[in-house]
Amino acid sequence: MFDSFRDKDLAQELAGKIKGLSEKRPLKLMHVCGTHEQTIVRFGLRDLLPQNLEVVAGPGCPVCCTPQREIDLAIELARRGNIITSFGDMLRVPGSKGSLAKAKAEGAKVKVVYSIQDAVEEARQNPGLEVIHAAIGFETTAPSTAVAIANHALPNFSIISSHKIIPPAMEALLAGGECKIDAFIAPGHVSAIIGSEPYERMARKYKKPVVIAGFEPVDVLYGIFLALKQIKENRPQVEIEYTRVVKAEGNPLAVQKMDEVFEISDSNWRGLGTIPKSGLRLREKFRAYDAEKKFNIPIEESSRLPAGCICDKILKGLNYPTDCLHFKTRCTPEDPIGVCMVGQEGTCAVYYRYAD
Amino acid sequence: MRFIIDMQTNNQKILLAHGSGGSLMHELVEKLFKKSFSNEILDELADSAVIKSLPREDSHICFTTDSYTVTPLSFPGGDIGRLAVCGTVNDLAVMGARPLYLSLGFIIEEGLDYEVLETITQSIAKTAREEKVKIVTGDFKVVEKGSADKMFINTSGIGIRDKKINLSRKGISPGDKIIINGSIGDHGLAVLSAREGFDFQTKVASDCAPLTGLIEKINPAGREVKFMRDPTRGGLATTLNEIVKGMGFGIKLFEQSIPLKKEVKALCEILGFDPLYMANEGKVVVVASKDDAPAILEAMQKQALARESRIIGEVTEGPKAKVVMETSIGGHRIVDMLAGDQLPRIC
Repeated sequence: MFDSFRDKDLAQELAGKIKGLSEKRPLKLMHVCGTHEQTIVRFGLRDLLPQNLEVVAGPGCPVCCTPQREIDLAIELARRGNIITSFGDMLRVPGSKGSLAKAKAEGAKVKVVYSIQDAVEEARQNPGLEVIHAAIGFETTAPSTAVAIANHALPNFSIISSHKIIPPAMEALLAGGECKIDAFIAPGHVSAIIGSEPYERMARKYKKPVVIAGFEPVDVLYGIFLALKQIKENRPQVEIEYTRVVKAEGNPLAVQKMDEVFEISDSNWRGLGTIPKSGLRLREKFRAYDAEKKFNIPIEESSRLPAGCICDKILKGLNYPTDCLHFKTRCTPEDPIGVCMVGQEGTCAVYYRYAD
Repeated sequence: MRFIIDMQTNNQKILLAHGSGGSLMHELVEKLFKKSFSNEILDELADSAVIKSLPREDSHICFTTDSYTVTPLSFPGGDIGRLAVCGTVNDLAVMGARPLYLSLGFIIEEGLDYEVLETITQSIAKTAREEKVKIVTGDFKVVEKGSADKMFINTSGIGIRDKKINLSRKGISPGDKIIINGSIGDHGLAVLSAREGFDFQTKVASDCAPLTGLIEKINPAGREVKFMRDPTRGGLATTLNEIVKGMGFGIKLFEQSIPLKKEVKALCEILGFDPLYMANEGKVVVVASKDDAPAILEAMQKQALARESRIIGEVTEGPKAKVVMETSIGGHRIVDMLAGDQLPRIC
């Protein structure tokens, strides 16, 4: 099924075409998806690209962008005897004093789930206990949270609403000017939900190509090729490489459900600071399921990174993990210092597994 | 033999008393273990097995131990008993030794169905008979419910090896070829599928098998194997990293050459696992010189357990102590040792 998208001859041909389109000046393409970075590193795609072309990872891992405050809230709720459910990666994200994994080891009821439906089921099976789900993820997972809240929620169920939306973060990176991005490779599955329209404004305003790419090596190479072609022809626009999954209109049903349950709010991205209109907050109608409101626990935000940690620069594509002093020495997947090493698709974690 | 009968299932259950050293245990030893494993050394049932002579005097003694905690106890292609014999026999075989004697220790959770113990014991006996290894001593303990997960087994093994054989990493040099006898990841995926109750249309079976016969055949006259290791927990990637660790050479792998069943590839893609890190229980990595490799490969391919043998890589001058892989699309990436736990308790 995916073999044709991993075809060596096709990949080499695309690499040749990319070299053909390359200019002498340095070019920087940014992607914002942990799975894209995984594909790039796992298949050694950077080997096939010309010297002047850099493809960097931006803030593509929602686990890594979850603010320390939300972790602390989850840990505090767990310590008070409630059941906390979350995806596996979240367990090792450091809060200000330890992680959910540490709380679990100390006896707190922290359970790993594979979907929010498992969390709702947990609430159903434990009517005498409160179950709080750490609802993180971009637009790929937000629709299922919306469905769970709108259709299946129980009085003893609530969420820590941590969902973020990616186009405002991309636009903030362009507006900030620090990263000097020439084009974006946009995330395939987020785009399957939201379609291509949300990227139109930034493509027009900043005159940067945005190519929505799939996750096989040929997808990524073709996506890079299309972006370079746009640069060469001075025709910045939103283009879909991943046509077998992404439609321009996205998935209207999913978007409608998200809109029913969530409203857009400003959101704090760990390492990047507050990005306006980049988060999803439960609408007033569903506030009863917002754990922060329900339990009213005051938690302070601390935006200091651990000493020597450059996750903020890595998330902005300004540095590679190998530039960090702690990489592979004091910061490892088993014992992470910075968030980029924690999530399975955190840039540092991916580099640790596959790169040198 | 005496047991408690479970009222609902009618199954005979093992009790704490079966492990206490008293009459219930003696019944079990006589009627189950001695009956299944009988040989002149074990039948003495002395405190220690007495091995009066070795088949060859001009040999070194090789000695290994392993414990088996796999869950579930049975899986497509094998069970914990077969694993307990093959795993320890293979640790001897890849050292160039001929496995001779095994010890067998059980830790059983109170309440286990006797039928399960009987089935596993018979599996151990059958595998040992096929391999011509003797179970010469053993131990049997029962712990309270919750203190063990149904059954844990330990086996230690003794084998002998010609004094002239010296399979050391120090003998490996740039230009040597890396050979494997077949597809990777089968065992890890078989156990995972059984554990999680995956009901896929294609069933992946464990490759659990003893390698002694294969290894005996792959030293054609005048040609020698430089080094061997069996890639069990941690997979092929971890074993190759163990080979290069601290040494002045590296290994280059060719992804296209690594045998991989299409079912394993597909399931790994769906579940997010990397076959390079999945466990194997019937595979051997062989390092041979560039000149000897073709003949060794041909000799291997004639054997039942090695028809899909391939040269999957070579030893390089650098980067030192690293394993690098040329990916299926012609890029390169580092293949590191497994960090953390891809899958717990697969062997």
